[in-house]
Amino acid sequence: MTEVSTKQDPGAAVTAAPGPRPRRRRPMLTYLAKRLVITVGLLLGVTVLTFGLVQVVPGDPVTANLSDQALNDPAAVAAFRAKWGLDQPVHLQYLHYLGNLLTGDLGISQQTGRSVAEDLLQYVPATMELAIPTMLLALLLGTGIGMLAAVRNGRLTDQVIRVGALLGLSTPPFWLSLVVLYLFFFQLGLSPSGGRLSPGFTPPDTVTGMYTVDAALAGQWDLAWDAAQHLVLPVLVLTCLTVAILVRFVRSSMLEVLQQDYIKAAYAKGLPTGLVLRRHLLRAGLVPVITVSGLAFASLLSGTVLVENIFGWPGLGQYAYRSASALDLPAILGASLFVALVYTLVNLTVDLLYGLIDPRIRIQ
Amino acid sequence: MGALLDIDRLAVALPGPRGPLPILHDVSLTVGEGELVGIAGESGCGKSMTAQTLLGLLPPGAKVTGSARFDGTELLTLDRKGWQKVRGAGIAMVFQDPTAALHPMLTVGRQLTEHMRVHLGVDRKAARRRAVDLLDQVRIPDPERALEAYPHQFSGGMRQRVAIASALAAQPRLLIADEPTTALDVTVQAGILALLDRLRRDTGLAVAFITHDLGVLSALTARSYVFYAGRVVESGPTGQLLTKPEHPYTAALLGARPHGGQTGVALTPIPGSPPAPGELPPGCAFSPRCAHVRDECRTAVPPLHPAGPGRAAACVIRPELEVAA
Repeated sequence: MTEVSTKQDPGAAVTAAPGPRPRRRRPMLTYLAKRLVITVGLLLGVTVLTFGLVQVVPGDPVTANLSDQALNDPAAVAAFRAKWGLDQPVHLQYLHYLGNLLTGDLGISQQTGRSVAEDLLQYVPATMELAIPTMLLALLLGTGIGMLAAVRNGRLTDQVIRVGALLGLSTPPFWLSLVVLYLFFFQLGLSPSGGRLSPGFTPPDTVTGMYTVDAALAGQWDLAWDAAQHLVLPVLVLTCLTVAILVRFVRSSMLEVLQQDYIKAAYAKGLPTGLVLRRHLLRAGLVPVITVSGLAFASLLSGTVLVENIFGWPGLGQYAYRSASALDLPAILGASLFVALVYTLVNLTVDLLYGLIDPRIRIQ
Repeated sequence: MGALLDIDRLAVALPGPRGPLPILHDVSLTVGEGELVGIAGESGCGKSMTAQTLLGLLPPGAKVTGSARFDGTELLTLDRKGWQKVRGAGIAMVFQDPTAALHPMLTVGRQLTEHMRVHLGVDRKAARRRAVDLLDQVRIPDPERALEAYPHQFSGGMRQRVAIASALAAQPRLLIADEPTTALDVTVQAGILALLDRLRRDTGLAVAFITHDLGVLSALTARSYVFYAGRVVESGPTGQLLTKPEHPYTAALLGARPHGGQTGVALTPIPGSPPAPGELPPGCAFSPRCAHVRDECRTAVPPLHPAGPGRAAACVIRPELEVAA
């Protein structure tokens, strides 16, 4: 009998690469260190780019910030320039900024007069309070609906879902915001009109900066309830859009997996359909979806100007928008750096999740 | 008592852009208890479609007529629950490409035990013990450790062994092996074939062995069926089939086969290519490529008629066929 394979080294069967032990003992740490270096380089690039762009755009922080009266007063203008370092050459301004940045100082916002770090600590949690529940809901709904469409490929359910996803994608979020506001606030009176809290409530002590969480932590349940009610409509609007994006990806990814032999093999083993879908299809089909979900989450965390505007939500999108219109360089830089950081962190998480789900791409 | 598997005048048509596309015509085939039966033919001749029919894995919209009885139960009218009982525990399948047929993100242990638990109702521990036994049977070294490993950590031959172990996990009575060695090295092939034969002898497992390699059939099977364009064109004891074919197609296949070790013997390719489903010529599907074709071959489909003890061939002329051996 030709039992070729039994002649092999038993260890060779279950290890990918038999041979010398890898030199690096802590591949994970090495990997993370590499990513950290890349991130620092990236953030540096963001500062250069943002600095450059602000110099290039037509417009002057002086005219954007000072009143007409002050603009006519050369002394006031000169004082403004001197105060914000605008009288220095650009490269000196940049080096100065970098120097401060290394000590963790993001500078002072010309708009709010407060430190940019303080501003971010206030606006970012507001955005997170929208982004996190939106993402969780969207993942749940997007995966479920997308999978359903894939399994029902070509049938009525699938058609309806595909049309729905297309509608969701092509509906402008600001329009949808106005519609739900009109319906739930103006017509039905079921929800508050906007903002983070109803008049008469004061924000809870800051722990996370997310009102619902902080109020719950402090045991102020009526406050938490009020904050949660304010979340419903904006989260609904953002979820619609995100679900629409996810459904299309989940559907096509799952369709591809459904064609694979291992799904046929799972059915051929006599497994119940539910088990095949949950264990075999879901796991493989989610891998490509992780990337899209990561991007969607990063985009949500970067703030959504129009939706925040309509719901009077003081989030990062609004902050960035106002800073940009005032050419408030420290604030713009702060917001940009934050967004860049969000994207790199989300990408890192995505890469780590890949390894977690798919054993073939685990770091050896 | 009849055969374990008894397929009678099975016909399958798949939905096509211009109406149903007939894939299988009038296929009758039996596999006895503990028998190793060969099913041979070129790619696209309906071998794999037969296998998929037997597991209820045809694409939606497929039209199936005829009968396929497994252990006395009609398969073609089964509902979903009925299929779930037959699959894995009655009929199991080994796919051509083990890399594609094993889930890349589930451990070998999980893939070996999940259907065991569904069909045999055993608990996790018992399932694990049985999985270790199975891996041992298919000669996977260090089975305990292999259970925790993922398919990509094994070589191709090892993967096919794992796939075979998985197919056997729920104690099926019939194993359909769909070209299980095609994706493997020749040296590994022999080991897999020997393994299948050993399993048949040791456990009384019936095996339907699908292949395009006639050489494999002679080494392994007692009886064989030759498919052409969705039809059985010849059947009989494998030895006779290969030494004295009754159908020109079988003879042509044998002529196109490399002669092991011999040099200087020219291969004879079969002119043309098999017809696509839906584009069958009238009459015998092989007639456009047949060296012995006559006018009558082009008008009516020749039925399968007896050609000696246990043999049948679907050819009207029964020419004296030369086999280069």
